[in-house]
Amino acid sequence: MTTYSQVVQYVITGITIGGIYALIALGFTIIYNTTGIINFAQGEFVMLGGMIAVSLATTGLPLLCAALLSVLLVTAVGLLFERLAIHPLKGASIITLIIITIGASIFLKGVAMLIWGKDAVRLPSFSGDKPFHILGATILPQHLWILGITLSVMLLLHLFFEYTILGKAMRASAANRLAATLVGINVRKMAMCSFALSAAIGAVAGIIISPVTFSSYDVGTMLGLKGFCAAIIGGLGSSPGAILGGFLLGILESLGAGFLSSSYKDATAFCILLTVLFLRPRGILGRP
Amino acid sequence: MLTIRNLEAYYGAIQALKGVSLHVLPEEIVCLIGANGAGKSTLLHAISGLVPLAKGEITLDGVSLIGRSPEEIVSLGISQVPEGRQIFTPLTVLENLELGAYQRFRRERRRQISREIERIFQLFPVLKERRSQPAGTLSGGEQQMLVIGRALMSKPKLLLLDEPSMGLAPIVAKEILQIIRDLRESGTTILLVEQNAKMALSLADRGYVLETGKIILEGETSELLQNREVKRAYLGKGRKGFLEE
Repeated sequence: MTTYSQVVQYVITGITIGGIYALIALGFTIIYNTTGIINFAQGEFVMLGGMIAVSLATTGLPLLCAALLSVLLVTAVGLLFERLAIHPLKGASIITLIIITIGASIFLKGVAMLIWGKDAVRLPSFSGDKPFHILGATILPQHLWILGITLSVMLLLHLFFEYTILGKAMRASAANRLAATLVGINVRKMAMCSFALSAAIGAVAGIIISPVTFSSYDVGTMLGLKGFCAAIIGGLGSSPGAILGGFLLGILESLGAGFLSSSYKDATAFCILLTVLFLRPRGILGRP
Repeated sequence: MLTIRNLEAYYGAIQALKGVSLHVLPEEIVCLIGANGAGKSTLLHAISGLVPLAKGEITLDGVSLIGRSPEEIVSLGISQVPEGRQIFTPLTVLENLELGAYQRFRRERRRQISREIERIFQLFPVLKERRSQPAGTLSGGEQQMLVIGRALMSKPKLLLLDEPSMGLAPIVAKEILQIIRDLRESGTTILLVEQNAKMALSLADRGYVLETGKIILEGETSELLQNREVKRAYLGKGRKGFLEE
């Protein structure tokens, strides 16, 4: 394999995983923007999406049905989480709520381990595992699925926030709580919507990546942290930033793993985070 | 239309309103004047349902507002233009206006809302020019017009205006004044809160003077303008009145 085709290979892998990071980062961004909370249970939504889809698929449900049902169930988990753990704490400080999300993350992980055990499981690829070659690099059909679905979700999110009154109301609540309340928007309901939406996006990420990197009860922690890194790198609170941060992190991490050592893969991500924070503390596209 | 009896409310630990009673009749402009910290904004917040644990009675056309959520109060027909030009800065002018009709999206067709937006654009032509600009890029006066326009989008029975002239250049403040006059002509009922007593009294039909959480004077604005106490405290050659001459 020439260096050139190696680079192509790593970049393509990086874009795929970067898309996943970007989706997770968007989940962080949506909740952060409407509530100010950093939801450290975001990674668990990803884990649940994958695990539930695998369980449903093994019962013989068609893949698409299993995937959609899994997204719905995880959305319900997100709603329930907001209703039970965030909503009742009226007037709690943001830091308290963030710590609660860490607690929720540990809880969800524990429950997942009790239900599914510690073994890694895998959703079958959406359209076979026959690789094909582009520019000397080997690509799995699943990589294209990941990229395609990631981009579609981003497009749908964009349309939702730009063209629906609910999306606009969510942006308005983020921009100015007082004004939003005074035009009759129930800001707390918007918080609930943001959790539901983030959970759904997380579940999608968990499902599409399961055929490539497998699902297990503990994948949420690292994926959540990577997504968080991506959100910070891009500039917390900025959606384009989250997407940029995700892809950048994925590509650099993949190149780092390829050319340095794959055992330093996670370290690469955090080194990139530190570098960005040193050079530009508010992130690449973050507002001061 | 609006009746308030014995309203008590707290601003943090401070009792900001100590038994306030007032009323607003249909198609009237009523002004509430008073110094900084007299409790004017707290009163408006209490009407809009933003002050928890307000005690007393607030009714709109006989319907009690105490204990209702801000959303319910908006849908009952009260719209507030809060102090300090509270726009949605990253959203466009058009989106800001649409959100003013947020409650109406459930019940009405988009076409009706678009028609309402056209009406607001007639009232404020400058907003039409800037319809697709982010609201944060507007000048202070334009932002104030946007907030008033947004408040009108819910077709309120009663409009609450909190310090609409604050922080605006005198010439812009005059423009806003003219807009308030026009609104009255079109039959909008307004409760206006102002520190600028002279401006408020020149505009309104009746007025109340609020001091440390209590109404100390009330009456027709013509009477209040002649009142010695009002002249001394709010209109006299004090620093504030002087600047606005």
